[in-house]
Amino acid sequence: MSAMTSLFRVVLTALTMITIFTGLAFAQNVGMPVDKQTGFQTPVTGVMEFIVDFEGALNYLIIFITLFVFALLAYVMVKFRASKNQEPSKRTHNTLLEVAWTAIPVLILMVMAIPSFQLLWDQKITPDGEREYAYAGKLPAPEVTIKAIGIQWAWEFEYPDEEELAFSSYMKADDELEEGEPRLLSVDNQVVVPVNTTVRLLVTSSDVLHAFAMPAFGVKVDAVPGRINETWFNVKKEGIYYGQCSEICGKDHAFMPIAVRVVSKDIYNQWLNVAKVDIDEAGTLLKQLVAENQIKTERLARR
Amino acid sequence: MAGHAMAVDERGAPKSFISRWIFSTNHKDIGTLYLIFAIMAGIIGFLLSLGMRMELQEPGIQYFHGWANLINGETADGPIGQTSADGNGQHLYNVFVTAHGLIMIFFMVMPALIGGFANWFVPIMVGAPDMAFPRMNNISFWLLPPAFILLILSMFVEGPAGGLGIGGGWTIYPPLSTTGQPGPAMDFAILSLHVAGASSILGAINFITTIFNMRAPGMTLHKMPLFAWSILVTAFLLVMSLPVLAGAITMLLTDRNFGTTFFDPAGGGDPILFQHLFWFFGHPEVYVIILPAFGIVSHIISTFSRKPIFGYLGMAYAMVGIGVVGSVVWAHHMFTAGLSLAAQAYFTAATMVIAVPTGIKIFSWIATMWGGSISFRTPMIWAIGFIALFTMGGVTGVVLANAGIDRSMHDTYYVVAHFHYVLSLGAVFGIFAGWYYWFPKMFGYMYSETIANIHFAFTFVGVNTIFFVQHFAGRAGMPRRYIDYPDGLAYWNEISSIGTYITAVSLVVFFIGVIHAFVRKQAVSENPWGEGANTLEWTLPSPPPYHQFEQLPDYRAHEKAHGLDH
Repeated sequence: MSAMTSLFRVVLTALTMITIFTGLAFAQNVGMPVDKQTGFQTPVTGVMEFIVDFEGALNYLIIFITLFVFALLAYVMVKFRASKNQEPSKRTHNTLLEVAWTAIPVLILMVMAIPSFQLLWDQKITPDGEREYAYAGKLPAPEVTIKAIGIQWAWEFEYPDEEELAFSSYMKADDELEEGEPRLLSVDNQVVVPVNTTVRLLVTSSDVLHAFAMPAFGVKVDAVPGRINETWFNVKKEGIYYGQCSEICGKDHAFMPIAVRVVSKDIYNQWLNVAKVDIDEAGTLLKQLVAENQIKTERLARR
Repeated sequence: MAGHAMAVDERGAPKSFISRWIFSTNHKDIGTLYLIFAIMAGIIGFLLSLGMRMELQEPGIQYFHGWANLINGETADGPIGQTSADGNGQHLYNVFVTAHGLIMIFFMVMPALIGGFANWFVPIMVGAPDMAFPRMNNISFWLLPPAFILLILSMFVEGPAGGLGIGGGWTIYPPLSTTGQPGPAMDFAILSLHVAGASSILGAINFITTIFNMRAPGMTLHKMPLFAWSILVTAFLLVMSLPVLAGAITMLLTDRNFGTTFFDPAGGGDPILFQHLFWFFGHPEVYVIILPAFGIVSHIISTFSRKPIFGYLGMAYAMVGIGVVGSVVWAHHMFTAGLSLAAQAYFTAATMVIAVPTGIKIFSWIATMWGGSISFRTPMIWAIGFIALFTMGGVTGVVLANAGIDRSMHDTYYVVAHFHYVLSLGAVFGIFAGWYYWFPKMFGYMYSETIANIHFAFTFVGVNTIFFVQHFAGRAGMPRRYIDYPDGLAYWNEISSIGTYITAVSLVVFFIGVIHAFVRKQAVSENPWGEGANTLEWTLPSPPPYHQFEQLPDYRAHEKAHGLDH
């Protein structure tokens, strides 16, 4: 059995190597790409966790298939090179093989379709408080609705349930960036949503196509003039998350990021009350509340 | 033989240059014209991508503001890094993206594979003296240069206010292509696509007619060489899908100029309609690009393994299957556009199905090599490279087929990596494989295998360096068609750009090899590849006479002589 054990060890080592090289073990990053990152951004919603796991599994599968094909190629190139094998066989059929390489891929695809459809259903069905989600269990029905409107080249956000709260969100130029704010991702007015709350997202556009993308949430929806596309998310972790317009929209396509600040319900409500009156002041307040909250969390962690 | 050029049989060839090359009706001459055209367009398309990769090598905008000012003659330019400031650099980048895509697809890959190799070798392979409609063949080619000129001109007339050229991506989605770019640049591009499309439709009709009606006596469809099969399927896809594109861009044209509102919600239209029409053409189009490469690779693998192709009928019908299924999966390009759950589920399932015939092809190529006596001549190396890289592009396609995962991948560099693995590495490797396979036949000279192998080595390393790391950038969240990106993505972009420079070197080596071959003039016999090369083109002198098969070849006798009548 020692041969089996060592084979097992070899396979495990190989899988670990592959994991490192393909970035299935992703870096500790939240909300934006970091240097030399190979995998997805850290997921903060059940849907994105599902995507990361499913894509991770598929990644093993496709690496295996690719290596299998490469191994076969290498084998025939070595074994059947002209100097080694002077008389070619004339064999052109092998029914068993031909059935196998048709049927096995069909089986693999059928198995793959099960999680694929489950993921798709999870993404497309808005929670109602009853439905079970693969990576999040039962989720409450939407409590907050946000409407995102793409414009050339910024985003406008409306909170239709909150006395028509509306503001625009422009990218900050390099000289406006504050300490620690990432270039090309930071905006003047962040979207604020409460943590562990289902948010209904309505996306549309007032000029050309845009796309609202939030990688850490597993959300991407085209903004189409004359249409309202609906999706939802329920974020598990407080923090700041960045996304970028993902449908070419003209000159400054690369310069209309989205920044979502996920905070506790308490902070959200405080921000909301001020934002209805003055969005700039609400931004200042938000910064202050988030900073205080962070100090509090750190103190708790130290204790 | 070596050192002495074979006396080329030019009986019947027009004496004057103009009659021979401008009024050309000879399929081989037209094929050569197509190849020259594709090479020239390919250089321009490559230079555009070189410009993009230079820009993306580092975060920030380094080159495009300057280049835009060069073209526009303006100085309205924000400080570097002040990205949202004034300046035409961002728009010029989008123009590069758009032109690179359109040129490479319509004016490089299609003319090379279909216009070039298929024109040259489909008639010969099926034992016909020429194409069915030689004059139509002539106009198919001569529609292309004006189409190309229109596209190039579009880069120098106004698109959006204050910018030259169209910057909407090769998909030219409205409203960016209607109200988003009111200047005449878009109209130039639409007209260019109309003309290029007409050229392709005429060519496709010509191929279908030739293949159905002009095969040599004894060559049934089930004995026809796989390259001819691949072109037959391709031609049907073109005839089916191009008119839809023509319709879509005509509607775009009338939306822009005559007040219709097909794609404008303000008048009851819908921008998504254009996406459906575009991809109904666009998805078959990607198979139009890759199927001829499948055909070429099949012949090369068989030739240099000295074995008949494994599972010939399965190979032929796998291509038919890919063509049929490939025509009903178009909306997998639109998973984020707001399709219903049922539609996304259907398009996910249908897309996955394509993996099956594609897998059959990959495994049949390997099975063809299995038990063979493989000689690693240059075309064989390219063909094996094709199989390896196409497999990599194919498996990421299976990942992207899942609508749920595509939610995260759509419009990121993962998609860019995927389609360049199947096109830039797949189709282009197919083109180079065909070039080295048929070069001695077309021009009568042998090339230096050393130079050709160096060309392969640089290309293989170069393109993999460009595109492999783009999978990482895409998963990290880098959207495509971006002139500037968050700093965290700098590492992969720098590596990718270095790959482009390696690829640039490979192109220089390619041209050195071509020039060297024509200067050295080392003549080749009818069949330089040995007994494995058993299709009809290898029974003719190299280069073939101006008019071949004045007496139709007897295919049954040819089969007996080559042991194909199993």
